[in-house]
Amino acid sequence: MIDVPDLTLVDWSRAQFALTAIYHWLFVPLTLGLSFIVAIMETIYVKTGLEEWKRMTRFWMTLFGINFAIGVATGIILEFEFGTNWSYYSWFVGDIFGAPLAIEGILAFFLESTFVAVMFFGWNKVNKKFHLVSTWLVAVGASLSALWILVANAWMQNPVGMVFNPETARNEMVDFWAVLFNEVAVSKFLHTISSGFLLGSMFVAGISAWYLLQKREHHLATRSLLVAGVFGLLSSLLVVYTGDSSARTLARAQPVKFAAFEALYDGRSDAGLVAAGILKDSDRKIGKKVVKDFSFRIEIPGFLSFMTGGNTRAFVPGINDLILGNPEKGLLPVAEKMRRGKVAQDLLRDYKNARAGNDSVKMSTIRKVFADKQFIEEHFRYFGYASVENPEDAIPNVPLAFYSFHLMVTLGFYFILLFCLVLFLLFRGTIAKQRWFLWILLFSILLPYVAGEMGWVLAEMGRQPWIIQDLMPVSTAVSRIGSGSVITTFVLFAVLFTVLLIAEVSIMIKQIKTGPNH
Amino acid sequence: MEPLISHLFLQHYWWIIISILAGLLVFLLFVQGGQSMIFSLPEDPLQTTILVNALGRKWEFTFTTLVTFGGAFFAAFPLFYSASFGGAYWVWMAILFSFIIQAVAYEFRSKKGNFLGQRTYDIFLLINGSLGPFLLGVAVATFFTGARFSLNELNRVSWATGWHGLEALVNGRNVALGLAVLFLARTNGLLYIINSVNDDGLYENAGRKIILNALTFLVFFLFFLVTLLISPGFAYDPHTGNVFIEKYKYLHNLLRMPAVLIIFVAGVVGVLYGIVITVFRGSRKGIWFTGTGTILAVISLFLLAGFSNTAFYPSTFDLNSSLSIRKASSSYFTLKTMMFVSFIIPFVAAYIWYAWKAINRRRISVEEIQEEGHVY
Ligand code: HDD
Ligand code: HEM
Ligand code: HEM
Repeated sequence: MIDVPDLTLVDWSRAQFALTAIYHWLFVPLTLGLSFIVAIMETIYVKTGLEEWKRMTRFWMTLFGINFAIGVATGIILEFEFGTNWSYYSWFVGDIFGAPLAIEGILAFFLESTFVAVMFFGWNKVNKKFHLVSTWLVAVGASLSALWILVANAWMQNPVGMVFNPETARNEMVDFWAVLFNEVAVSKFLHTISSGFLLGSMFVAGISAWYLLQKREHHLATRSLLVAGVFGLLSSLLVVYTGDSSARTLARAQPVKFAAFEALYDGRSDAGLVAAGILKDSDRKIGKKVVKDFSFRIEIPGFLSFMTGGNTRAFVPGINDLILGNPEKGLLPVAEKMRRGKVAQDLLRDYKNARAGNDSVKMSTIRKVFADKQFIEEHFRYFGYASVENPEDAIPNVPLAFYSFHLMVTLGFYFILLFCLVLFLLFRGTIAKQRWFLWILLFSILLPYVAGEMGWVLAEMGRQPWIIQDLMPVSTAVSRIGSGSVITTFVLFAVLFTVLLIAEVSIMIKQIKTGPNH
Repeated sequence: MEPLISHLFLQHYWWIIISILAGLLVFLLFVQGGQSMIFSLPEDPLQTTILVNALGRKWEFTFTTLVTFGGAFFAAFPLFYSASFGGAYWVWMAILFSFIIQAVAYEFRSKKGNFLGQRTYDIFLLINGSLGPFLLGVAVATFFTGARFSLNELNRVSWATGWHGLEALVNGRNVALGLAVLFLARTNGLLYIINSVNDDGLYENAGRKIILNALTFLVFFLFFLVTLLISPGFAYDPHTGNVFIEKYKYLHNLLRMPAVLIIFVAGVVGVLYGIVITVFRGSRKGIWFTGTGTILAVISLFLLAGFSNTAFYPSTFDLNSSLSIRKASSSYFTLKTMMFVSFIIPFVAAYIWYAWKAINRRRISVEEIQEEGHVY
């Protein structure tokens, strides 16, 4: 009933989604962060009436505008790609997933785009207060955009608040608040927007450092550094805090992803947190998959158990336990989940047969079963496993998850240190003389981009093979179009977005070199 | 007990919202219409700058309306979203590409270091301005002429042609609606320029171009309309869910729903009135009438496609796969939740209106553009 398409189609569709999402994420975090920084600066201008602050506001606002346009351009394609490339998925979850997307349009995008116009074209037409409010509304609108799309994404990682309707063969929402306050959504939202704030601060700090290196715009640069330093320090602390809560949430919602980014194969109590390590092919196998295990690692003993379970004796399941099962800890093997998922899919088939035979009694019995709590808990929640071929296919790419997570975490701590130093040197009044430090600031602009993209690689690749955790594998979700078509659009996107990126960076650099000229 | 608000009511409610969004979208395509004349309307670079800046301050609204239109379809009628987008892949992709290049064109065109040169971005605007409205019109025409798809028992779509949507372009009626939308957008674009620009040269050029664009629009629109009213349509039986061909379906719909007929006539009158007062009386307010008329006419077309037991996305390949608003819709709970969200729309419309007024207080001229500092 659920046939498997050819793999090139799935892989190219994934590649295309990954490409466009990664591009979108190059621009979005700067919008998130810079909009707040600009709003803070304008507030200071309105409060103090100092023209210098207005000049600063307008300068950073110009850079915001350049970035905003391309963020919008890359966003529209993502929205429609759910339909064009993951059409079966769109049907299977549209009842839940579509709602946040629509709300995002009504609530957030209009807010943003309306007040962006006032922000850019209203300086001489509306009064100071109205203009300031507009700038703040742009910032709030940007974060609201992030909220709804992340609620949608979190639902894919941890589907809640719905029941399956065999008549339409899809999931239907029954609890909106459960979808909105999904624990994954909460931590994801806070972590993601704070990472955007961090990135915006780093951007402002790096460029200000460049002005100081050039011995230009001293006044603007040091004041911008102050705003970026304070905002950056606060947001980097928030990033680490919310990153930690994301990880804790995952330990419950997506234990395989969790085990993968820690590269923990054999579950244990008193598990250590790996601070750094190198993974190599080992001589062990799970099913047909070769296990990549540590050839080297530095570990903080007991800390992983402490983080997930609250004490060092807590048991943390490893990939082996989760794939092959661990009866002692009550963990089902994937093979059993496959069997249970099949029961659910067979029941759906029975329903379709009953429907074809007009057997309304049987149909209503089956409908009741699908709504039954126990059936959902024991069978339906493994619905997607029926389409998994071998238990080991449920293991994501471990090295990728491990390295992306650890790079992100390392950078997280690095930024705290960096912003502390910015503030320290600013208050000592010596920052302009520490040229080595200014160079570090300049080159660090790239690092939050790396950290953010790593975060998404972890989040999205780490949930493979699922597009919706445990319910739908990516291979089922894909639209049935020729892989030739997808390859063509992939290449078109790759070329177009790359050209636009080059244009954007080049305009930015020119604009920065020209400096503020109002 | 029957709930106070039934599922059927919500399906109709959401179809109305979608129709309103579609109406607003087609009106806002005046931005695209204006762009399609970027090389033919202005006579010198200065006029080009004024044209681009006048349009550029509104492009975000069109874009966001398109995005919201897509989002609302996804949320309220997900089966349409999955069947049409996943099947007519190439039409939608072409539309998207034309909007991607628009979004950057305004912001980048006159900036130093823009890599491709101003002319390339202006060509982007031209492409988006011509292709965008045309293809959107073609896509909407398939609501009446049908598409070649089938759905299996799990509602998974298969497309019957390898062209994935491009086949819609060889149907004369689809092309006619596409061109009608394009020339309507151009007419609205001209009316907008006349209304909001303070530049004698541009003003006169725009006035001169109106008649031809408006007439071209009328020819294609009448062709589409007449063929629509005399052609058979796709009806479904609400009891069995079966889809069948009914002669003069859309004509019947129009007569069966007097309210829609009134909206339609009001729309057409509005469109014509705006054009007439501009051409014959030199009025600068034509856009308000033609714009409102556009919104009403499009709303009535959408209601014609979806109401009165009609399949709004017919399959000419497998009749029973055709989508009606009942079949394609989200669940009761989702539609109800979103209905509460939709109550915010008037508030959104109000602040958009307020902000729009605030920025458009003065007509756009060279001096005004330089004063604001943010130049496209
Ligand atoms: C500047 C960017 C940045 C930095 C420094 C960090 N993160 Fe992060 N992280 C993100 C930017 C990000 C992100 C782009 O916002 C992600 C991608 C998906 C998501 O929800 O947020 C993310 C995801 C993400 C996830 C996966 C969430 C999921 O799969 O749903 C975890 C577990 C963490 N982060 C944990 C951390 C920890 C413990 C950090 C530091 C100590 C940290 N991150 C620093
Ligand atoms: C696959 C998922 C995503 C989809 C479908 C999507 C969709 C879109 C769309 C359609 C736009 C253009 C809106 C307009 O017309 O103004 C947009 C812009 C935007 N998106 Fe995304 N987006 C996705 C991921 C994200 C994420 C993860 C975030 C933030 C956490 C985000 C934040 C924003 C913001 C702030 C904008 C405003 C423009 C800009 O920032 O450059 N988006 N997105
Ligand atoms: C803008 C930030 C984002 C980035 C950088 C990003 C990154 C990625 C990557 C790297 C993949 C490929 C994973 C793989 O195929 O192995 C992917 C897939 C996907 N992501 Fe995201 N993602 C982002 C946001 C989102 C959001 C907000 C959603 C949903 C609302 C989402 C939904 C999906 C879907 C549906 C796929 C395709 C299925 C799959 O391959 O798993 N993504 N994304």
